Amino acid sequence: MDMFLDVLVAVLLITGCLMSLIAGIGLLTFPDMLTRMHAATKPQVLGFLLIFTAVAIHLRSWSVVPLLFLAWGMQLLTAPVSAHMIGRAGYRTKHAVKGSLYDDELRQVVDTVTKKQAVETPEVPAEQSKDSTS
Amino acid sequence: MPTKNMKHRDQRIDDALDTSGVRHRATLKQEWPLLALLIFVWAALWQDFSPANLIFGVIVALIIVTLFPLPPVVLSGRINIWFCFELFIWFIGQVFAASFQVAGLAIFRGKKTRSGVIAVELRTDSDLIVTAVGHALTLIPGSFVIDVDRRSSTLYLHYINIESQTDMERAREAVRDIERRVIMAIGSHDEFEAIKHECGPILGRVGGKK
Amino acid sequence: MMNIVMWVCGVMLGLATVACLIRVAKGPSILDRVLALDVMLIIISVALCLEMVYNRHSDYLLFVVVACTLGFIGSVTVSRYVSDQRNA
Repeated sequence: MDMFLDVLVAVLLITGCLMSLIAGIGLLTFPDMLTRMHAATKPQVLGFLLIFTAVAIHLRSWSVVPLLFLAWGMQLLTAPVSAHMIGRAGYRTKHAVKGSLYDDELRQVVDTVTKKQAVETPEVPAEQSKDSTS
Repeated sequence: MPTKNMKHRDQRIDDALDTSGVRHRATLKQEWPLLALLIFVWAALWQDFSPANLIFGVIVALIIVTLFPLPPVVLSGRINIWFCFELFIWFIGQVFAASFQVAGLAIFRGKKTRSGVIAVELRTDSDLIVTAVGHALTLIPGSFVIDVDRRSSTLYLHYINIESQTDMERAREAVRDIERRVIMAIGSHDEFEAIKHECGPILGRVGGKK
Repeated sequence: MMNIVMWVCGVMLGLATVACLIRVAKGPSILDRVLALDVMLIIISVALCLEMVYNRHSDYLLFVVVACTLGFIGSVTVSRYVSDQRNA
């Protein structure tokens, strides 16, 4: 049984670290910022889950489970928010190169809003930002 | 869309236009999930779930909630534990599958990867469900939310590996499938009935054909 | 056996760190760099977990939680800063 658990821990650790390596490779190989976001933030969700499971199994104690769960839950709650903020900032400020997009259904909306902002009262941008950050 | 609840829509537009800066305080009844979460965080950080520590956690949580008020989160009042569990398991499975898909793309496709931005109008009207769907989509590799239009519940998503119109439709279907699952787990009665009506008797099976 | 596993994991994490550093150096925009540094912070947390497994203790768990929160605050701050530049 101990042997089995040790092998399980080893497999979990290696797969978890592999997820980090994939994030690194993705950062290097993907063509633009928005695509890189996928590589950077997402494999980590799975990677952390595997690594934390490995830690809990290896320490053979239930008392660390709430804290590990908290760390993972924190990751689950915060990762999408920061991904959304970075992605939105990149999209709106033209930091992101859009050459690799097949289709873009948001461009038209953003263009209309930007034009409106140029012409109309300053209330429009405030309302828009309130809409979109929710 | 005629199926959407107009009362919610008006409320939302009021929220968006409200520049007075005054926030409605949430009542204790609305805030108990937040309180429970804060108490759990407190106890987990101390690694001590004894009653004394929990009581002190309650005090700290109350102080935090009073000092830093948040706008109230309106819950739908319906929760189905079984569908929540199913959603969680399905979510973990999706994360597994999609992580390896992104890995394959990173290693074998690299610079040639194409992606797309799609707009999906959700059926729901509640902020909570839009947020939950957006969160789930962002956590599942292959898609993340760039922007949200709160008035029409439209999510603008960046999807990886989009090379044709069929891919876009497939992505849209996937989003609506996630929304169906979230509504079945925590949506209101009306929305649940609407989903049941839409999907027919095979509720709970994968796919949800229309 | 644990030694071999640790070596394999360490090498993978090292390669990932090198990839992040290259992206930090090259990254055309500030957001690319933030993204790469975010990944590096996660790699550091994973390394902390590895150390805990190797030495069989749980002292660094709090640091892992703190690292998650720090990464969040950092990237949100920078993206706010970038979006504000547009209005200036």
